[in-house]
Amino acid sequence: AMEERPYRSASGAALALRRRQHSASCRELAVCCPRLQLRSLSAATSAVWLAAYGLFVLSENSVVLSAAIFITLFGLIIYLHFVKIDQESLLVIGSLGIQVTSSYASGKESTTFIEMSRVKDVVINEAIHMQKVIYYLCILLQDPGDPQGVSEVVPLFQSSKPRLDCLIEVYKSCQEILAQRKTAPQSS
Amino acid sequence: MVLKVFFPSCCSSAESGILIGRWISEQNSAVILAVVHFPFIPAQVKQYLSEVQRVSKVSVCVLGSWSNSKQEKEENLTEFLEDLGTIFSHEPWIQISKEGDSKFWSCSTLQKHSNNPKEEEIILIYYDQRKVMLSHLHPPLDTATSADPKAEDASKLSAIFDTVAKSKILFMTDRYDDGPIKLTHWQSDGVEASIIVELMKQASVPACMLLTFLLSLISGVCRSRVLKFWPLSFLWSKLSTCEQLGHRLQHLQVISSNKKAQNQTQLMRKANIFVSLLVDVALGLLLMSWLYRKNRIGHLADTLIPVADHVAEELQDLLQWLMGAPAGLKMNRALDQVLGRFFLYHIHLWISYIHLMSPFIEMILWYVGLSACLGLTVALCILSDIIALLTFHIYCFYVYGARLYCLKIYGLSSLWRLFRGKKWNVLRQRVDSCSYDLDQLFIGTLLFTILLFLLPTTALYYLVFTLLRLLVVIVQGLIHLLVDLVDSLPLYSIILRLCRSYRLA
Repeated sequence: AMEERPYRSASGAALALRRRQHSASCRELAVCCPRLQLRSLSAATSAVWLAAYGLFVLSENSVVLSAAIFITLFGLIIYLHFVKIDQESLLVIGSLGIQVTSSYASGKESTTFIEMSRVKDVVINEAIHMQKVIYYLCILLQDPGDPQGVSEVVPLFQSSKPRLDCLIEVYKSCQEILAQRKTAPQSS
Repeated sequence: MVLKVFFPSCCSSAESGILIGRWISEQNSAVILAVVHFPFIPAQVKQYLSEVQRVSKVSVCVLGSWSNSKQEKEENLTEFLEDLGTIFSHEPWIQISKEGDSKFWSCSTLQKHSNNPKEEEIILIYYDQRKVMLSHLHPPLDTATSADPKAEDASKLSAIFDTVAKSKILFMTDRYDDGPIKLTHWQSDGVEASIIVELMKQASVPACMLLTFLLSLISGVCRSRVLKFWPLSFLWSKLSTCEQLGHRLQHLQVISSNKKAQNQTQLMRKANIFVSLLVDVALGLLLMSWLYRKNRIGHLADTLIPVADHVAEELQDLLQWLMGAPAGLKMNRALDQVLGRFFLYHIHLWISYIHLMSPFIEMILWYVGLSACLGLTVALCILSDIIALLTFHIYCFYVYGARLYCLKIYGLSSLWRLFRGKKWNVLRQRVDSCSYDLDQLFIGTLLFTILLFLLPTTALYYLVFTLLRLLVVIVQGLIHLLVDLVDSLPLYSIILRLCRSYRLA
């Protein structure tokens, strides 16, 4: 079953949360970020080209113009491949692990898989970011030496930064699956 | 707990048969390694599995049944498959079936002696057998040293990776072999291997033995007493070329040793050294081919003498400047003249020696350039040594200036203590008061004044020559940095990470 609901990010942009339940112990939650706007793209390109034209008028060297074209092209490619994230998703499979996927605008996907034995808990934390206080969801990893300790904190949805209502939905879904591993017997 | 079944992606189009693999009971997961097709004799299957278990030390057993029916589902097939469960008793008996062109599979388990009658959930995980076999999941270093029970908790998935990696013997037979058992796994369409790799593996053993023999000869010669006499050993220790050659000899010894690498770090180190040697020699040969074309050696030799002359002239100008009123400071004329003339004469001697050597420079350079075929690092070390030899006079000047300055400071500090009526007690390593005689005080004060007023002159000479020496040391240091970079850059690891990152997990 798949549901999609609109939410907002911390900076006010419109996001969509897609929840998909594959089975009783497997859920997929995906946050879709807003796409690259045409107006910001044209604004950036025009700014670079105006600056290049100004330099060309000053220096009478046409290399400046071709350099500006190359810079715009490479900058756009690098931005789409390394910076602009389209969708961040969380796949929680009970007793196997949690997979965090970020898909970039150029189609590149980077995934991280965390085994269930390393996951201590999934919590919502507060953070002070510039002049705002934002909430973020993170996975707490177990310290192998100390059963009560936390060795690492893995923050999720870092580039889309959804607001608290969206995070609460994701948190509830994750906790339903994580709770199963406490009730199920440890070994058969 | 949820039952996890790891199924290889290459078996998804296989014919019906039984599943063999490993059952990991503490994680409630089944790792399926291959599918055995009909017809088979159960006794032969059990014998084959026990053989595989003996060789690979992985407890392989029959886990369940797989049915891939292209036509309609047959009722007797299901009963037949269930009956198989009684022949190969395994708890739980996994049944996976795929119908015709449907994308959906059905997976169910048969538990005969189960306590809880309720249906447990099954997760089917599809894995790429070849990549999982080649990947190594290394445990983090701190848990590897801790006690065994803790290490088992560290990573449950590493058991899966290990199972597939250790079962290589299972993947040796393919469907073209005639045998009682017909298997399907990732190599079943014909064993994939590279002829070049196999040939290199066969050729590497005699090559290693030959290399070890040659290296033992060379190191025996190097260690002989003839080369250990005092002037020679001092020379060897000062020249960086000899050090670099010794370093490379050590590397070659590491590579050509007969013992196989014990663990992953040793294997990577050997591979990195091998790749770095290859790259070094290739770059050295490239340099040689560039150098020996169009008589570049001749040009180099022709420009060497004028450059040395030019440096000497610049030094002479510098000394004339120091002997005058450098930067507006007023020097002590007599000391200035003495030091300046002494250094000038030194430069004159140096230039005469260089001119004496000039007919032989080209030949020496030609033969020395041949050693670049041993590697780019050796060529760079030779360059650094040539620079050191050509600027030997700067080194000498620095030593003279430093000694003079050091003596002066030493004398000044001791006489300053005398001036204040104190003395350095060597026995107790501290400053004590002491009563001096009148004539001791008189001469001491006189000497102190002389040394103090001569201080600026000596300090200036010291400063100038130290800066020059620093310049030469910086140039040599940059060359050595480049040599160290070529020596120790782990190129093999970098290329493996970029091209075949699944092998580094």
